[in-house]
Amino acid sequence: MSQDIYVIIEHLRGQIADISYVLCAAARQMAAASGGNVVGLLLGHNVKDLAQDVAVDRVLAVDDPLLANFVPDVYQQVLANLISASAPRAVLFGDTSIGAELAGALSVQLGLPLVSYCRNVRADDGRLTYVSQLCGGKVMVEGELPAPTALVAMVPGGYQAEQGKSTQPPPVETVAPPALAAGRITLKQYIEPESGDVDISKEAILVSVGRGIQNADNIELVRELAEAIGGVVSASRPVVDQGWLPTTRLVGKSGKRVKPRLYLALGISGAPEHAEAITDSQTIIAVNTDASAPIFDIARYGTTLDLLDLVPVLTEKVRQAKQ
Amino acid sequence: MHIVVPVKLVPDLVEELVIDPSGTTLDPDTLRLQLNEFDGHAIEQAILLKERGGGQVTVMAPDVEGVDDVLYTAAAKGADRLIKLCGNFGQSVNNHAMACAVANLIKPLQPDLVLTGVQSHSDLDGSMGPLLAAYLGFPYVGYIAGVTLSDGRAVVRKEYPGGLVAEMEVVLPAVLGIQAADQPPRYVAFTRIRQAMKTASIEEQTVEGLDVSGGPTVSRMYKPEAAARATMIEGKPDEVASRLVELFRELGVL
Repeated sequence: MSQDIYVIIEHLRGQIADISYVLCAAARQMAAASGGNVVGLLLGHNVKDLAQDVAVDRVLAVDDPLLANFVPDVYQQVLANLISASAPRAVLFGDTSIGAELAGALSVQLGLPLVSYCRNVRADDGRLTYVSQLCGGKVMVEGELPAPTALVAMVPGGYQAEQGKSTQPPPVETVAPPALAAGRITLKQYIEPESGDVDISKEAILVSVGRGIQNADNIELVRELAEAIGGVVSASRPVVDQGWLPTTRLVGKSGKRVKPRLYLALGISGAPEHAEAITDSQTIIAVNTDASAPIFDIARYGTTLDLLDLVPVLTEKVRQAKQ
Repeated sequence: MHIVVPVKLVPDLVEELVIDPSGTTLDPDTLRLQLNEFDGHAIEQAILLKERGGGQVTVMAPDVEGVDDVLYTAAAKGADRLIKLCGNFGQSVNNHAMACAVANLIKPLQPDLVLTGVQSHSDLDGSMGPLLAAYLGFPYVGYIAGVTLSDGRAVVRKEYPGGLVAEMEVVLPAVLGIQAADQPPRYVAFTRIRQAMKTASIEEQTVEGLDVSGGPTVSRMYKPEAAARATMIEGKPDEVASRLVELFRELGVL
């Protein structure tokens, strides 16, 4: 057993995921309280030079051709060995399409408790307290971080990625993988995002719609507003799932991160999966009938008018203003 | 092909969430539950697979307020078998406990495929899918938008950030965490749900010995205090629109 904090360094196709830096920032603070080191776990093939700027005390790199791409059951075998061999105080995962499934599987396999949706970990007199966000960010819960070893799946928002970066490359120790066998899951191919449409991550003005738009026909109202103001229509998950807009317009965890000068959020509640992708916007203006919607916590300006009442009037006024 | 879809009901976020005087849970009297949205996609995906390739769909849900409506609605959409899990399901029952209990009920059904919603907003101890798969000893892949079946295997489209998709092949039986069904969940008219209430039957299965040690304990629940709140613009649509146009000018976008 140790007081070390392990961090799963998540990467995809040669790029460290932003969440990895958030995990490092959290781990630094936790290790200071627990009295251990921060250890980055890096699984992959020919990746040991990838971890140049992660703020960890050392990196354990496991290199194997079978780890070249994320395959859940193969990654799980390797991590199970590493974690059970050293019993760290905590293992931090991103609450992502990679980390979330590893954390769940390992929790059952190793019999270790799992804390999910964790936003930050507080240290009070050496005791660690998790703080998680539930109900789409409308409720926070906290409690003692389970001991002796806790698995923690973290969401962004509690730490700046910059806090988890270092200009000093950490020492990298290469660990021999256990005898790996291809499991019951195989990667067939990557399918690139559709191109040909606008790239919403590069647009200066986004007029974004969520569930509040109610039906496909109303999208036209928003398109007219976007056209009037010289912007582009984007959307949150429910609108894309309904097939009302293509996935190229999806803003959020599984879509694009955006950084426009103006993000006009129409009928979007601001669930964490969406909020994390718009925080780099210069100005967010939110329109939502629910005054307690989390979108108003990150927006600079807001109104609780129904978007269907507001948008046609706004489009007209924007057109007049441009004449 | 036997597809089992264990679903969960979660707080409806449109309603005002009230914290119980105990300060550790939501007030059960004002809480309104609804089907976890992603579980709705899992049901839809199961029905689509059945329509394409034949088979049987079993939907199971814990016995909480609103469960009968959820199950009968699934039947109206095409589910063949409905199972209600009976037991003491307070808010303290976590996903580890449910996943373990559900795994024990699913095993004898010998499913080829188990579909769950990829997550719910109340998964404090991780989402159901990976936990359930681990208890069943099945492989798991989550964040799935697109499933095809052939020859004892599922080919799935797993979503990564930025719109990248990984096509993966999974040997059945397997658990898949559904992010979005191939088509949006279908609408069923109330008359068809009422019809299902008359013709479909709900089986009850008792669940005991729920072990919550796989998740953390909650010592405090509270509403987040935002570091900054939006400046609210009040007034009629005409007034708000005028103020927004002013703001657009100030921001230099107009």
